Amino acid sequence: MSRSTRTKAGAAVAAFAALTLSLTACAGETTPSASGSAGGQAAGEISYWLWDSNQKPVYQQCADAFAAANPSVKVNITQYSWDDYWTNVTNGFVAGTAPDVFTNHLSKYPEFVTQGQLEPLDEYLAADGVKTDVYQKGLADLWVAQDGKRYGLPKDFDTVAIFYNKAVLKDAGVAEADLQKLTWNPTDGGTYEKMIAHLTLDANGKRGDEAGFDKSRVKVYGLGLDGGSGGGNGQTQWSMYSGTTGWTVTDKNPWGTAYNYDKPEFQGTIAWMRSLIEKGYMPSLESVTGQSSADIFGAGKYAMITNGSWMINQMFSYKGVETGLAPTPIGPSGKRSSMYNGLADSVWVGSKNKAAAVKWVEFLGSAACQDLVGKSGVVFPAIPSGTDAASAAFAAKGIDVASSFLVHVTDGTTFLFPITDNASQVTNLMTPAVDAVFTGKARADSLTAVNEQVNALFTG
Amino acid sequence: MFIAPALLGFVVFYLYPTIRGFYFSMTQYNILGTPKWIGFDNFARIGKDPLFWNALWVTIEYVALNIGFQTVIALVLAVLMQRLTKSTVLRGALLLPWLISNVIAAMVWFWLLDYQIGLVNQFLEWTGLSRIAFFGDEFWAIPTVAFVNVWRHMGYTALLVFAGLQTIPRYVYEAASIDGSSEWSSFWRMTLPLLRPVLAMILVITVTGSFQVFDTVAVTTRGGPVNVTRVIQYYIYQKGFAEGQFGYASALSVVLFLILAVMAALQLRLLRAGESDLA
Repeated sequence: MSRSTRTKAGAAVAAFAALTLSLTACAGETTPSASGSAGGQAAGEISYWLWDSNQKPVYQQCADAFAAANPSVKVNITQYSWDDYWTNVTNGFVAGTAPDVFTNHLSKYPEFVTQGQLEPLDEYLAADGVKTDVYQKGLADLWVAQDGKRYGLPKDFDTVAIFYNKAVLKDAGVAEADLQKLTWNPTDGGTYEKMIAHLTLDANGKRGDEAGFDKSRVKVYGLGLDGGSGGGNGQTQWSMYSGTTGWTVTDKNPWGTAYNYDKPEFQGTIAWMRSLIEKGYMPSLESVTGQSSADIFGAGKYAMITNGSWMINQMFSYKGVETGLAPTPIGPSGKRSSMYNGLADSVWVGSKNKAAAVKWVEFLGSAACQDLVGKSGVVFPAIPSGTDAASAAFAAKGIDVASSFLVHVTDGTTFLFPITDNASQVTNLMTPAVDAVFTGKARADSLTAVNEQVNALFTG
Repeated sequence: MFIAPALLGFVVFYLYPTIRGFYFSMTQYNILGTPKWIGFDNFARIGKDPLFWNALWVTIEYVALNIGFQTVIALVLAVLMQRLTKSTVLRGALLLPWLISNVIAAMVWFWLLDYQIGLVNQFLEWTGLSRIAFFGDEFWAIPTVAFVNVWRHMGYTALLVFAGLQTIPRYVYEAASIDGSSEWSSFWRMTLPLLRPVLAMILVITVTGSFQVFDTVAVTTRGGPVNVTRVIQYYIYQKGFAEGQFGYASALSVVLFLILAVMAALQLRLLRAGESDLA
């Protein structure tokens, strides 16, 4: 999911090559953080960063509401796109210009805690009598680090579902209701794979389950692939399948210290994904490198894609494509499964105005702000009343999120995004390794050896 | 006195960071902690790092393709510009790709060459050929990245060569044509040898720049699939900015610096860039 230098000047050779060095050497020394005082009077200006441009307007509404209640505090909101966001946050830590409060992600925050960049919130919350048990189950626990301290208040969460192209279903003679009860297993893919095969169409008009299907000239793929193999967590690619096999990414979550990429359940899931490519039901990894499956879906080339709830508004905005929603298939466990990723707002340890920063985080984590966010129908707020408001707002737009995305929350079929140390190193090991299985260069059991490398990060 | 601003800029923005880079390469350092001196350990690790060797090989493959095509095309364009047209509009048009930012150029080509919805692949299929996963295929990925940058830089390189052509006096050509030399042999026997000092400088600049390819990869393939486009600069970026291993990333940068310095020195010496045949 996640995912810069330029300039070629004509100068002396030495200066040229020196550019290479300065790229990595621009890191300075840590700025000692200013010590803030808890419980002080909140006043002054604070900065707040987020990465989703769709959410900026509604957070401005929250900031206006906050300003009405705290006239002496002004919140300045800045938005950067995902890629720039994390570079700017990290550079800000070093340069002393990081925002007072920022939207934080589970894949990033453990490293920030290790680096001592986040302000523990426990004392402030206790002093202000703020409760952390008001959120959807499990979300608040994610933001308590290994030191037992809390580094964020939940704001919203996401789950995964199937988006489908209504016209493609109709052409294939498939009723939309048929997508609601699909079952999957890693051996033959169950009724889910049969559906994917049937929805696949080649240039000669033959379907994937018909004799004479030409897998080298596919016009519409039954299932899209989101930009790559998904690396070590496959959030939008395969986590909704592996989660139904009883497999967990790590030994415990959060703060596991051993990964389970050597288990047959996981490797079976990856092998099944590869088999879809070989059969021509899903595009090859080579053909989707760097893409977003949503763009290709929007061009009408996919019958179904699996993607996250943060994509809902984009997926329903394509001209000429009528989009529908279905839950992910039921797996060997007899249940569905979805990765459950929660965002939170954190306070930077170097904030010059921690009193105001904490007040803003408390407001962002309150029903007052989250109900506003819910009503805007962009994401699912972490407070149940906010989630309900979002569900109603989507329903008003004709988008049924209750039976697709939120069914996981209602049924308790979510599993938490794996949180461990060394997250980025794990990603950089696992992405090429899972890529290699998807392209057929390696067998799924090759991941056992990579798992040893991954786990060595935690013992070394 | 008058070079003071430039000198200051050089010291602050080049010299100091470079020296610091050398220092960091001898440390274990994650951007927010204190650097810990570990001597040459990082370099020993680089020697045993298969991803580094892969990155070096991928980068060399890229540079060979990029510089090979770019230099030949630029030379042809420059000669055509000099011999066939005096139109500044036409000469200016050749520079257009270079005026587009690297990232935009990469994105535009990324979509044009997309396997499923790209214009180029739709054309290929229309002509009866099979589609090509330009950025994703193991064989095509590096040539494709190289092609995008050849397209973007050829006009600029051509302009540099063109400037070199202008320094060759007209009387040489006049004398040659009186002696009955054809256009073709004039090019090989006069133009090319007399261009040698200019070409040498262009090669040093373009090879050095080419070794540092980054943005095209960062906005398209991100090093994948598997490791086929993980060029060295992108590997440095990943180690430093994604994994926070600034010490190791600095060491990788030092290795790249040494490779480039040696290559630049060799090129200048082999091509005798300091002297002209015109004398």
